[in-house]
Amino acid sequence: MQEERLTSSTGAEKCRRKIRAVTVLLCSLFYCEQSRETLESLKRESETLKKKLEEERNKLNDVELHQVAEKVEVLSALSIKTRRVLKGHGNKVLCMDWCKDKRRMVSSSQDGKVIVWDAFTLNKEHGVPLPCTWVLACAYAPSGCAIACGGLDNKCSVIPLSLDKNENLAAKKKSVAMHTNYVSGCSFTNSDMQLLTSSGDGTCALWDVESGQLLQSFHGHTADVLSLDLAPSETGNTFVSGGCDMKANVWDMRSGQNIQSFESHESDINCVKYYPSGDAFASASDDATCRFYDLRADREVAVYQKDSIIFGASTCDFSLSGRLLFAGYNDYAINVWDVLKGTRATILFGHENRVSRVRVSPDGTALCSASWDSTLRVSWSFSTGSNYIFVLGKQ
Amino acid sequence: MAEGSKDQGGTGTADPEEDSPNMIVYRKIEDIVTRIQDEKAGGVAIRTVKSFLSKIPSVVSGADIVQWLMKNLSIEDPAEAIHLGSLIAAHGYVFPISDHVLTLKDDGTLYRFQSPYFWPSNCWEPENTDYAIYLCKRTMQNKARLELADYEAENLARLQRAFARKWEFIFMQAEAQVKIDRKKDKAERKILDSQERAFWDVHRPVPGCVNTTEMDIRKCRREKNPHRVKKITFLNIQLERHCMKVSKVADSLMTYTEQFMEYDPFVSAVEPSNPWISDDTTFWDLEASREPTQQRVKKWGFSLEEALKDPAGRDQFLKFLESEFSSENLRFWLAVQDFKRRPLHEVPSRAQEIWQEFLAEGAPSSINLDSHSYERTSQNLKDPGRYSYEDAQEHIFKLMKSDSYARFLRSNIYQDLLLARKKPADTEQGRRTSLEKFTRSVVSHVELGAVHITNHTGWLTISGLFAVITMLHSVVNFF
Repeated sequence: MQEERLTSSTGAEKCRRKIRAVTVLLCSLFYCEQSRETLESLKRESETLKKKLEEERNKLNDVELHQVAEKVEVLSALSIKTRRVLKGHGNKVLCMDWCKDKRRMVSSSQDGKVIVWDAFTLNKEHGVPLPCTWVLACAYAPSGCAIACGGLDNKCSVIPLSLDKNENLAAKKKSVAMHTNYVSGCSFTNSDMQLLTSSGDGTCALWDVESGQLLQSFHGHTADVLSLDLAPSETGNTFVSGGCDMKANVWDMRSGQNIQSFESHESDINCVKYYPSGDAFASASDDATCRFYDLRADREVAVYQKDSIIFGASTCDFSLSGRLLFAGYNDYAINVWDVLKGTRATILFGHENRVSRVRVSPDGTALCSASWDSTLRVSWSFSTGSNYIFVLGKQ
Repeated sequence: MAEGSKDQGGTGTADPEEDSPNMIVYRKIEDIVTRIQDEKAGGVAIRTVKSFLSKIPSVVSGADIVQWLMKNLSIEDPAEAIHLGSLIAAHGYVFPISDHVLTLKDDGTLYRFQSPYFWPSNCWEPENTDYAIYLCKRTMQNKARLELADYEAENLARLQRAFARKWEFIFMQAEAQVKIDRKKDKAERKILDSQERAFWDVHRPVPGCVNTTEMDIRKCRREKNPHRVKKITFLNIQLERHCMKVSKVADSLMTYTEQFMEYDPFVSAVEPSNPWISDDTTFWDLEASREPTQQRVKKWGFSLEEALKDPAGRDQFLKFLESEFSSENLRFWLAVQDFKRRPLHEVPSRAQEIWQEFLAEGAPSSINLDSHSYERTSQNLKDPGRYSYEDAQEHIFKLMKSDSYARFLRSNIYQDLLLARKKPADTEQGRRTSLEKFTRSVVSHVELGAVHITNHTGWLTISGLFAVITMLHSVVNFF
């Protein structure tokens, strides 16, 4: 008797459960359909706006930069030679940065070592072994009294430099930045007190060095951020970043807002660097091109490419006047581009593996290039002959 | 996700590997080697070469490849073509038939193209067991041309130790492969053997050679989020933005660059000399000193920003403003600059100090702010942060730029420095150090000039002539 009642109730129960399940299924399908429709309409609206934006921008594209630059005097033949080779790293050198004193530099390597050099005398001043390999980023503090470094440990740490050679610097290392993926780039803002980092977790972040507190985070990239550069202006508060989503974004450090975005590369952007006036920036990408973007025109204004250059560009930097763009490639060479005319001024060979970083010294007198061949090379220009004409003309 | 993996041939979903940086390069190289081998479409002639008693099938000379690259990729310098060719070889797409080292030479050295089966774009990641089987097989084939190189013999010995337990299995695999190979045509075997060897030269390179299969670790761990719809609000803001025409920005970029080219050591001479070239740090000492050169003073006239960037420029501008009893603006601007660079915990106290000094009622260095900025600033200070004074600072900067800066450039303080009206010390000591500096600059000029005075035919070039004239000019000037 009891059994009978149970079976009848479970039967009804089963029926009710089935109805409930079907209702839930129908509702969720309906909801999915609705949200897919909203997503679709959002996508459509976004596409329309993008097209409209492109049209508006194209109206202002009245001439090409290299056409306007036809009236600029052609550069005299460049003679750039490497005269210093810094050997000491045991593996690929991944990053380097100049000190403001124009002769010292810090470099970091896959072997976990960070070395501070006086490139002028080839002297190794400090060597700091870090517990993780692939130290992807390093930076020199503006005061010259500290360095920052980070990489696969997902952190960026600051190490104060001491005059005492025997001091164990690794022990004084202080973690400042914490990300959820590798740290790809770091830079001090104009003081030792703030650190800006970019990461494989798709974000950039601004940190207070003393407390390690996150001051501002920057969200907007849809893939790893590989590089960042601070605007050179004394009065500005912006920086540009580039990443695996092929986009270069300009950010307001105060609000964390993405002010401008540029998407014309066909592959990962490995490096971004501001033009010295701060009104434009260049990018180096795996699509084997470097591109030049102007912020006021809000568009790409030049592409630096050649049929014979098929390997990705990993790094770039401007000479002091912005006339030359030095770009390091995965084919072990450094191509020097005439920024205004869009042509290649010269090519520098010498490295025996990929060039990972090129940086012009703070006063523009020398170029340092770091490579997977475990060396750093310092090069400069010997070509000043014809400029005597220029000088005399002025007198 | 499921959609993506099934729909391989579809137009919408690309193979996830296809847009990886390595794949992009491989596809470009593959395009090149396919074109080179297409004799009908202007490629090189791949032929059989007779050598001693045997024939060498399917080869091409290095010089031919270099020629083709120069012609078809618009390369002017053969060194560049050799460099590119060597990289194509290093990645395993073409190889010398009698060398393990994968470089391209611009001569009669013979090369063969790699079979598409072995192309790196197939994402080979061969294991050490495969390598062991391969080396083992080589020792079984008993041919002079297949003899192991020293480094290969070392590798084999190492692998034998590592795989001691598995060795019987490896040996059997090697034997099986040898059996299959024996059945093939002789010429075909020659080609296949060389291609297999080239494959291993890429994945187990000769010690000292670059391993081109090494990956950039950042590209191995890409965290790609699904493509997000671009924010509508962001796009609307962009549409509202007032942009400049390219012609205008181009002019602006050109003007800036041309203005600074005389200061750019890569395109202009450095006075007295580039320290890296002459080993003389005078140039750096001068920059560090607060006694600026005319050239440096000229830069201050380019913009207020340039003047403030240079510590000496800042000092002189401050001096000028003090003479006009209006230095509080600059001092406020400098204070805020410093304030933004302080550690977080100092921000509240410093914010108060600045308020007391510059903005409070009866402040000692009261600055003139418009009421709007004043209101905003006092609001900001209720919850002080690094950017509390941003509006005020911008306003004061604009004020200085439009007013005091222009007068500074016309002032005696600035003009005296610009036109170097103050002659360097006329004392004995002054003359001696000037002589020292002069001789050093002459020596460095001679060093520089020497490179360019004569061209390759030995005649005095125009620039060399001018170099000589400048030197004589400076000598005359000195005395």
